[in-house]
Amino acid sequence: MTQISSDRRLSHNSVLDLMEMSLREVNQLLHDTRDGDFLIRNPRGAHALACGLDGDLNVTIEGHVGYYCAGMNKQAHVKVVGNAGTGVAENMMSGVVHVTGDASQSAGATGCGGLLVIEGNASARCGIALRGLDIVVKGSVGHMSAFMAQAGRLVVLGEAGDGLGDSLYEAQLFVRGSVRSLGSDCAEKELRDEHRAALRTLLDAAGVGGIDVAEFRRYGSARKLYHFQVDNAGKY
Amino acid sequence: MCGIVGLFLKNEALQGDLGRLTGVMLRELCDRGPDSAGFAVYGDGCKGITKICVVNCDGSTDWSDVAKRLSAVIHAEVAVEEIDDHAILRTTGSGEVARKWLIDTVATAYVLSQGQEIEIFKGVGSPAAIIERLNLEMRTGTHSIGHTRMATESAVTITGSHPFSTGDDTCLVHNGSLSNHNRLREQLVRGGERFQTENDSEVAAAYLASRMRAGDTLQQALENGLKDLDGFYTFLVGTREGFAVIRDPIACKPAVIAETVDWVAMATEYRAIAPLPGVEHARIWEPAPATVYAWSHAA
Repeated sequence: MTQISSDRRLSHNSVLDLMEMSLREVNQLLHDTRDGDFLIRNPRGAHALACGLDGDLNVTIEGHVGYYCAGMNKQAHVKVVGNAGTGVAENMMSGVVHVTGDASQSAGATGCGGLLVIEGNASARCGIALRGLDIVVKGSVGHMSAFMAQAGRLVVLGEAGDGLGDSLYEAQLFVRGSVRSLGSDCAEKELRDEHRAALRTLLDAAGVGGIDVAEFRRYGSARKLYHFQVDNAGKY
Repeated sequence: MCGIVGLFLKNEALQGDLGRLTGVMLRELCDRGPDSAGFAVYGDGCKGITKICVVNCDGSTDWSDVAKRLSAVIHAEVAVEEIDDHAILRTTGSGEVARKWLIDTVATAYVLSQGQEIEIFKGVGSPAAIIERLNLEMRTGTHSIGHTRMATESAVTITGSHPFSTGDDTCLVHNGSLSNHNRLREQLVRGGERFQTENDSEVAAAYLASRMRAGDTLQQALENGLKDLDGFYTFLVGTREGFAVIRDPIACKPAVIAETVDWVAMATEYRAIAPLPGVEHARIWEPAPATVYAWSHAA
């Protein structure tokens, strides 16, 4: 499993300063590079920063980023030391995206693989249409999180807002705090040993220690909504 | 789309920089609303004197002549300050009466605001050009609200630009669109509200102004709005003393708030807040859905 690398030594020999380079220059440089460590300074809320990376890159961004940061990420390890705007790590394929602050809505939307760690809170629609990405949120998530999530896992150490897992397919949801309400066709399920073990592995990968996995509750699809039922034909 | 900014100064020493900082914020959101822009600046008011902001919207207006005729109607002196195609009329007479008379009588003018502290300016075209033409950066005061518009519900005209103001010293900017504004406008017209446009956001402004005239606090008016306004919105509402932010319960439209010991800033995107002095020490958060956040100098 991909992990947050705490022991990986960052040389940061390449400092990219957005006060001196344009956003396009920074992104192009990252696209043209297959590996290496980069430190990006002065993001000042810029959109689409470090998007579409595909390589063994280690990118640390010092400051708050705008929309779609690290979207479509492959292999790279992107760390945002600050907050992230809408759609951080949207549609990521692999690698790790790590936000030390809060994330705005639609964090990890449609993500296919890899690991997204948010140390603060994520707002509405976290993990919407998830397709295989694992998301670990140390804080809470807003309303309609994991809406129509198909595969992957959303782990929330805090609380979840209204409509968690509405129209859920086969993604697995684990919430340690309270859930304000479950969405349509989302149901609580038994947390068995295999779930506890998998959760432990995932939390370790996310660098989250000192948590008793037995404190989580598991939610999944009740599987009543995603197949058409002829009995409901008259309702449309 | 559309971009919203607001800046509420807690530190009086920054009041001379209000316009400059508001300009810096608004410029960051030009591409969210490239078709028109406007801003409200609160400050430089004198007790007992009402400022009425007006703009040419059809041909040209002889503001001195308008002032003379208005003066006879409200039985008070009316002074004129012309700023490009705008004018600020100052009087000790009734702002409410003056606003109605101007709307009814002066077909070439559009009334932007009236109140002791509020001044509203707006225009069509590039927000950056509007900021320069109307000298936003030279303005001083206690708090400000700005908007860059990408029109969805009504035409790209100066009258469709935000902020909208129908009540004394209150105004509103809106990102989103309302779906029940036509019905609500009819009800408000029956209740005596005076509209100048077909715009949905003006209905929201009039709704809040009407609730507050009926005795609601700003907080209560916004909470009632959650029941009565159907659609999606992030609103920033200015009053004489401060401003308030609210997002609809689904919270489609983005918003971010930052607060330091010196100021509170609200914007559609963080990049509009990023250039503010001391932002590295700010507490930054996304306002929760259906929740009122308000700041006031009166408190």
